[in-house]
Amino acid sequence: MAVDVLTPGAEQRIERLHRVWRPRPGVLGWLTTVDHKRIGLLYFFTTLAFFGAGGIEALLMRTQLAGPDLNVVGPETYDQLMTMHGVTMIFFFIIPMTTGAFGNYLVPLMIGARDMAFPRLNALSYWIFLGSGIFIYVGLFMHRAPNCGWFCYTPLNRRAFDPGPNVDFYALGLIFNSIASTATALNFIVTIFKLRAPGMSLNRMPLFIFAMLAVSLSLIFALPSLTADLVYLELQRKGGFHFFDVAHGGDAFLWQHLFWLFGHPEVYIIVLPAFGIATSIIPTFSKRRMIAFPLVALAELLVAFIGFGVWAHHMFATGLPTITLVAFAAASMMVVIPSTIQVFAWTFTVVLGRPEFRAPLLFIGGFIVFFVLGGLSGIMFAAIPFDQATTDTYFVVAHFHFIIFGAAVFPILGGMYYWFPKVTGRLYHERAAQISFWLTFFGTALTFFPMHIVGLLGMTRRVYTYKPHLGWDAYNLSETIGSFILAAGLLLIFANLVWSRFRGAPSGPDPFRGGTLEWATSSPPPEYNFAVIPKVTSPYPNWDPADREDDARRLQAGTLVLEEGHETPAVTVRDGYLDEVLRMPAESPWPVVVGLGVALIFTMLLLSHFVLASVAAGLTLFALAGWHLQEPELE
Amino acid sequence: MSGDRVTRAPRRRGALLLASIVPLFAAGCGKQDVLDPHSHPERKISTLCWVMMTGAWIGFALVVVLLFLGWARRNRDSLPFGGGERAATALVIALGVAVPILVLSSLFVWSDIFVIRATDAPARGSTRLTVRVVGHQWWWEIKYPGTAAVTANELHIPVGTRVRVEGTTADVIHSLWVPELNRKVDLVPGREAVLLLDADRAGTYPGQCAEFCGLQHAHMELSVIAQPRPQFRAWLAKESKPARGSMPGAFAEETCSSCHEIRGTDARGQVGPDLTHFGSRTTLGAGVLPNDPENLREWIRDPQHPKPGNRMPALPLSDADVRALASYLEGLK
Repeated sequence: MAVDVLTPGAEQRIERLHRVWRPRPGVLGWLTTVDHKRIGLLYFFTTLAFFGAGGIEALLMRTQLAGPDLNVVGPETYDQLMTMHGVTMIFFFIIPMTTGAFGNYLVPLMIGARDMAFPRLNALSYWIFLGSGIFIYVGLFMHRAPNCGWFCYTPLNRRAFDPGPNVDFYALGLIFNSIASTATALNFIVTIFKLRAPGMSLNRMPLFIFAMLAVSLSLIFALPSLTADLVYLELQRKGGFHFFDVAHGGDAFLWQHLFWLFGHPEVYIIVLPAFGIATSIIPTFSKRRMIAFPLVALAELLVAFIGFGVWAHHMFATGLPTITLVAFAAASMMVVIPSTIQVFAWTFTVVLGRPEFRAPLLFIGGFIVFFVLGGLSGIMFAAIPFDQATTDTYFVVAHFHFIIFGAAVFPILGGMYYWFPKVTGRLYHERAAQISFWLTFFGTALTFFPMHIVGLLGMTRRVYTYKPHLGWDAYNLSETIGSFILAAGLLLIFANLVWSRFRGAPSGPDPFRGGTLEWATSSPPPEYNFAVIPKVTSPYPNWDPADREDDARRLQAGTLVLEEGHETPAVTVRDGYLDEVLRMPAESPWPVVVGLGVALIFTMLLLSHFVLASVAAGLTLFALAGWHLQEPELE
Repeated sequence: MSGDRVTRAPRRRGALLLASIVPLFAAGCGKQDVLDPHSHPERKISTLCWVMMTGAWIGFALVVVLLFLGWARRNRDSLPFGGGERAATALVIALGVAVPILVLSSLFVWSDIFVIRATDAPARGSTRLTVRVVGHQWWWEIKYPGTAAVTANELHIPVGTRVRVEGTTADVIHSLWVPELNRKVDLVPGREAVLLLDADRAGTYPGQCAEFCGLQHAHMELSVIAQPRPQFRAWLAKESKPARGSMPGAFAEETCSSCHEIRGTDARGQVGPDLTHFGSRTTLGAGVLPNDPENLREWIRDPQHPKPGNRMPALPLSDADVRALASYLEGLK
């Protein structure tokens, strides 16, 4: 709050807000928290741990592939590493990092709310996410981790070919995990539609919020397809059903269709938050609004929508009828247009603005370069004959790593620097941050670019070793060297953030002069986010000084301060008129209890103790009853 | 060969552009190079690839130049014409909507309407030869319908002849791919995949399973050996005949015969590869080792060492048994 002098009345109100929203101290406070910022931080540190695990898995694979005929890890370990790397990076790093950590922390702040719409559900999401991550990693520590690839095609996933619990860890772990993602997505949709500050009509929502809305809608519609697939799989593995079994009238294509009907929207679920982060960083450091703002907002939603119509381009080599292939190729080309709109809107905003290349904008520059590289090779796959030649080779590995590492993770890294002062109240070390950018940039290029070449030279994916006479050795070695440079760059980023957390210079509330509302409150933000619900008259409210002065006046007058209870305003969905004042739930032990119950259910299912699983389900229902008996307001 | 050179010449220009970054010229025979085509369909694919790569580099260069422009004028005031929101939006629409629609629709029509025909499966009866390929964990069974010939991992075809390959799988999904000859096609349970193979020059074209199929997916090579027609006919005739010579006792006693067939003997197993003319094959274990007596003895002693997880168990054989088996099998030309 950019308020220099507070009248005694305003001070009293802030004091009162502080008392109403004050968290319980200590570990118990974190276990029972429903504060979106604390949940966001819990997500952040948990997903970072999974990022570390996925990264170590990647480095082990790259070490095994550094030269031909190496035997660093055997084929069984390699397959587990390969599967866990994919599953971890997608389900336990990128999605929870962008939605759980960035989304949770930033969405309420950017729309001027005091929390998410369903704070306890939000806490439950986190505990379920944590439980599912531990669940699937227990498999790895038992050396029984999923080993069928993240796509886990049938019939390879059947008991006949994979008799251990490996595939069950995969199927149950991902169903478990998808509960968390679904709950988070629902929470975002309601939060974004209902909890915006009065005045923030849909057309004044920040582009980050549009991206999070698109992601949440995609998750809601894509995850059921995956869940259905996984439920069929477990029914087949544990219940003797025959969904995918050709000999009994099932169909192996059913798995692939359902998987990719989820799997392709998933790609946009992964990159859309990155677009959102980019559209937050670019205007701040270019010192101008995003060019073609409405087009970019529309493009973010369109990408998510068209993304549901392209799944069969993952199946061009399976022998589907040509007419099907051509239709999906056309849709795949169509989905390029919203992306090109965004690329040029980002680029021209930088070029025509007054760009200041501090670390966050550098990472966005890297993001644009890699997104364009991966996007262009992606267009090549819409040319069916080329896809049929190069699918399942390292060319694909190169393509999608430029998308999901270059385009999805670079904005996450840039976003870590960008919002670090907001979360900690301190500045990161700029010089070290720039060095870390160049290390990760060259590391990424060196790791993934040669994969295009080696793919065209015929190197297939998912092989644990290869022969020396095919001309692949030098490329593979350079990829391995690149991966270690990349790892060094990432370590430097985290070292910088840890050092700055304790030694960084104080940042003040708004060190970069950002345009969105999170910069209108102090750093770190108070538990109640805003002392007064901010006034909004444009998509860049923090660039409207008159409105911020108005906030200060309203705090003195006590308009929309809501210090009487745990409250936040709700607005009409489209126009953002003040609708009602909602009473928000306080801290609660029930989310973590329900989370434990769900973990118990899945553990019993894994062990095929179906009776005990039903008992656990009963206990979970009791916990849910307790949850609903607790009054929302204890103050 | 010379025809090949002529058709490749125009592509050299695009190639030169990329030569510094994509040194693909080292590739030659005995490689798996998508851009070193040796058949009509693969030449089409390769041309498509070169054209798209050239276009991709142009698009990439455009964005990088724009970003560099932004970097070059960092911390300076906005460009005079940069303030105009309308002009900027028009630029975004021109480059982000109009140009991509034009480029993508041309690419769509060219590749997905026309080029795609080159990789179409040949109609039944439209080729002089049909070969059946069955994918197994982790080797390829190859049959020549109309003859008794059954072999493994080495697909012989006559040079300059269109061959219809019909693929199925015995277990999980495999993918049949010989990079220098054509696209790949997945072998999915319950379906028959059809692929055209047509090599324009005699030689060995290596390929390997392209779909993850379990533990030894990495060791599932399929080589296409294109031979002049008379040689191919002689090979097929010889391959159709039963084995000569008598089987050593160990083969039957030590249960080799319960998994392997040697036509003309009592060994009729159907689990592993047919070994009737094993001695004429060039590799062991679908490409794990070259097929020579020493490697064969090592393989028989412990097949799990060079190819962990494969279906062939290590049997408790004496050294004399191993030597007898190896010399018998190497003699099955």
